[in-house]
Amino acid sequence: MLTVSQLVKRVASPEAGGAAVEIVRVPELSLAAGEQVALRGESGSGKTTFLHLIAGILAADEGKIVIDGEDVASLGESQRDRAREARIGYIFQTFNLLQGYTVLENVVLGMSFGPGGVDRARARQLLERVGLGHRLHHFPRQLSTGQQQRVAVARALANRPKLVLADEPTGNLDRTHGREALGLIREACREAGAALLLVSHDPDVLAQFERVRDFAEINQPRVPLPRAG
Amino acid sequence: MTLPLIVYRSLRQHALSTLVTAGSIALAAGLLMVVWMVKEQSQKAFLETSTGFDAVLGARGSKLQLVLNSIFHLEASPGNISAADYDQIKKHPAVKAAIPLALGDNYLGYRIVGTAEELFTTVEYSPGKRYQLQGGGRWFAAGQREAVVGSFVAARLGLKAGDTFQPYHGLAFDAKAQHEEVYTVTGVLAPTNTPTDKVLWIPLSGIQTMKGHDPRTATDVSAVLIQLRSPTAGFMLDLMYNKQGNRLTLAYPVAAIIADLFGKIGWFDRVLALVAYLVALVAAGSVLASIYASMSARRRDLAILRALGARRRTIFGAVVAEAAVIGALGAVLGFAVYFGLLAAVANVIRTQTGVTIDILAGHPVLWIAPLGMVALCAAGGVVPALKAYRVPVAETLSPTS
Repeated sequence: MLTVSQLVKRVASPEAGGAAVEIVRVPELSLAAGEQVALRGESGSGKTTFLHLIAGILAADEGKIVIDGEDVASLGESQRDRAREARIGYIFQTFNLLQGYTVLENVVLGMSFGPGGVDRARARQLLERVGLGHRLHHFPRQLSTGQQQRVAVARALANRPKLVLADEPTGNLDRTHGREALGLIREACREAGAALLLVSHDPDVLAQFERVRDFAEINQPRVPLPRAG
Repeated sequence: MTLPLIVYRSLRQHALSTLVTAGSIALAAGLLMVVWMVKEQSQKAFLETSTGFDAVLGARGSKLQLVLNSIFHLEASPGNISAADYDQIKKHPAVKAAIPLALGDNYLGYRIVGTAEELFTTVEYSPGKRYQLQGGGRWFAAGQREAVVGSFVAARLGLKAGDTFQPYHGLAFDAKAQHEEVYTVTGVLAPTNTPTDKVLWIPLSGIQTMKGHDPRTATDVSAVLIQLRSPTAGFMLDLMYNKQGNRLTLAYPVAAIIADLFGKIGWFDRVLALVAYLVALVAAGSVLASIYASMSARRRDLAILRALGARRRTIFGAVVAEAAVIGALGAVLGFAVYFGLLAAVANVIRTQTGVTIDILAGHPVLWIAPLGMVALCAAGGVVPALKAYRVPVAETLSPTS
């Protein structure tokens, strides 16, 4: 489902006087369809950049990212946008809900830019599935943090993704809500048949995955990492 | 469905600036339409009013003054012409109709004009249109102290058939200058939307023999409205009165004299139009500025939309569409400004000149100006749209880990 090989990303680093510094070099990582994998990594280790590369938000400098048979690393920005909308769901640590839109509209927007078109009934079903059927027309600011995370989960699944990327999805939640949210993400991905690649530094979260990989082992940049973020 | 949702939500989130900006667009669109339509409609109305008669004969003086005085009932009369001159033009073979006018009195500020009954019975005041009485009554009888009242005066002063009034001397109202004669209203004219509506019409002899008027001028008339049998006759009469004679003036052709007047005051229209164009530009600039100013606050939303799969061109299109929608909203509101302002201007013109402007008249400017504003606003939206287009997703959606 997902095969990453010889992936390299460099960014201009102020600490290096503006010179390009490698922050991602992943020789190999693969995920089977429906598989759930957790990546352990500390802050500033390049995990978010790695997920952005897979999602096509950032362009890779070298290497391949093959998702469902297509190498997204070789695509132009517009095609990467299309590929992201078609196959990937993204759950952000800060949720990144659109504050001016209702809960239902946030989920609807998750399926608006792809070829599948808008299915409001599905958006409602997803919100009911995450327990927010009674909050469809609320705005994010009217919800608790835990509820906002559930909206983000529903939105990530709205476009029927093959792969869900989750970046510290429980980072902003307390232990109880974090556990609840993680359970929901895993279950929802399983039900939707989507693979899940989750990054976290929380041992409690990582302990729940059968397959956990250390990002520091996977990512081997050729120069020392700039400590960002 | 997505683009309208994005545009709608963005407008809602910035409701105040949306409304203020749309208001400035409305003012610009309304002003543009009003300036244009007042110019078009007033020219049209003035020209139509003056198409009933081909020429005006009066005392030596300005042709424009003669036309304004005898057809539009504005300005003072340049002087009188003798009964013999009137007879001569009336009997001229090239003249189809010659209607005498005698001025010099008013009633509460509205002009009293003495004329012959045939003005109402045989003459078309505009091609295909004859004067009519509203609500019964009859025309005045020659030599009697009777009056037919224009619809505007009748409505303003509450005059109806059977009422009486005492004229005042002079064209301007002076309470101390009331004549002794009492006139009876025999009928009220149906509205013609011409300056005739502002006049109280009495028999010619009424003005001529009013007590206090100079008995030596009792047979004079102030001007003669002329309809010709053929256009070439006008040039002949022009030669006779204006070039060879030096006592009288023939204002011919009337329409050309009015058109000339509009030509002379054309600079005023152009200044107004320039002001309107500048207001339109400023309004479009305010769309640009208001959206651009809110762009920092929107960066995150735009980055999220991009992360959800929105292409750069979708984001660009959404911002341009938002600017266009603000323009469209303003254009719609602009019609309220347009009708309000035009009604006020039309009222002033009608009160001052008796010429009626049709505020419901159609004209291409009524769709060109609103669409132009929408296009201008959309163009103004391109600048912030470019900024939106360039929003870097990954950086904006930090923190990174």
